[in-house]
Amino acid sequence: MATSTVNQNATLASIIQQRREAILAEWLREMSGATRRSDLMKESELQAQCGQFLDLLARASETGTNAQTAAYEPLREMLMDTSHVRAQKGFTPRETAMFVFSIKRPLFTAIREAHSKDAVAMAEQMWSMTELLDSLGLYTTEAYLKSREEVIRRQQEDMLELSTPVVKLWEGILALPLIGTLDSARTQIVMESLLEAIVQTNSRVAIIDITGVPTVDTVVAQHLLKTVTAARLMGADCIISGVRPQIAQTIVHLGINLLDVTTKATLSDAFGLAMQRAGFSFVRSDKKESKRDN
Amino acid sequence: MAVVSTEATPVATESDIVAVRRLVRETAAKLGFSLVDQTKVVTAASELARNTLIHGNGGEMELITLNGPRVGLRLKFHDHGPGIRDIQLALRDGFTTGSGLGLGLGGAKRLVNEFEIDSQVGQGTTVTVTRWK
Repeated sequence: MATSTVNQNATLASIIQQRREAILAEWLREMSGATRRSDLMKESELQAQCGQFLDLLARASETGTNAQTAAYEPLREMLMDTSHVRAQKGFTPRETAMFVFSIKRPLFTAIREAHSKDAVAMAEQMWSMTELLDSLGLYTTEAYLKSREEVIRRQQEDMLELSTPVVKLWEGILALPLIGTLDSARTQIVMESLLEAIVQTNSRVAIIDITGVPTVDTVVAQHLLKTVTAARLMGADCIISGVRPQIAQTIVHLGINLLDVTTKATLSDAFGLAMQRAGFSFVRSDKKESKRDN
Repeated sequence: MAVVSTEATPVATESDIVAVRRLVRETAAKLGFSLVDQTKVVTAASELARNTLIHGNGGEMELITLNGPRVGLRLKFHDHGPGIRDIQLALRDGFTTGSGLGLGLGGAKRLVNEFEIDSQVGQGTTVTVTRWK
């Protein structure tokens, strides 16, 4: 049995080597029907990939048809790369996996021709080939998903960082515009960056703007109160702005006590108050007077 | 009372709460709720979903659209958690067994028109709330 497997696999490698050009041509034809995305990938690039896949498959199949073995490492690496590239280029998982699955017909044709006299060997080889190609096809899907997940994870991290900018509005006045959902992880980042900015800029007033927070429930309120308390311990006053009518009503119904915190409907109201507290006052220059000066 | 549609969604992770809020907000907007009513029912859903997750060890929310003589939105939060021993005490403002403000359950009750709570110790809890348009 063992010798027959080796023989059969040796034939597989030789089949691919002998009929390489025919398999390649038919494979490319096969793909052009269903999965070739000429809008996303150049013809020559695809051809090179197919050729590389066939060569690696021929070399690996000399040792057996188990895709998990070390002999298949170069082939798996190549599939990982192509799946990664395809995921980035915008191929669907189906189109990515079809790259492997579409080789079945040309390869089976070649096997049939090679074993025209031995039906048992043909069936055996086709079965081991099906198993091998299925596992390689699934591998591409896995690799595809992995690279997609990586993109999502990176974007999530970017968002977390991006969504909590602390901006300096005036000397001693900071603003923290919050957008989106305030969960525990984000609150932690918000609080840290606010407290750090208070020290760095030596600010006395911080405005937390919640215009972009769609829902203020008890947990969000609790997070806000904690942030305000922490800032107060560092000697900075907090003003919460962007309290819209619907949010104000909801907070009242929930029974959250925000009376100890200064709140304003808009960011500009809050800014005015902050300037006042910091000791600045505005004077509108009179147009007539400035004309006379000229 | 005509039930137009029923939809169940899991409440098993923190991100499910965000999904619940989005679903409730979309549905309420589709039914023509005013912005204030939308915000109220979404906030109530957020509180109850968090209770389901934290105190009930996860469960699910059933979203029922009512279109009988009145248009309304009914939300049913169900879990198989430890249950609530004393419902009156749980509804009291400031009472909490966790680390929150203790306003969620009572607050949710004040944000909706109808509020029903059914809990058996060791069996689980079902909270049903309805907000009419």
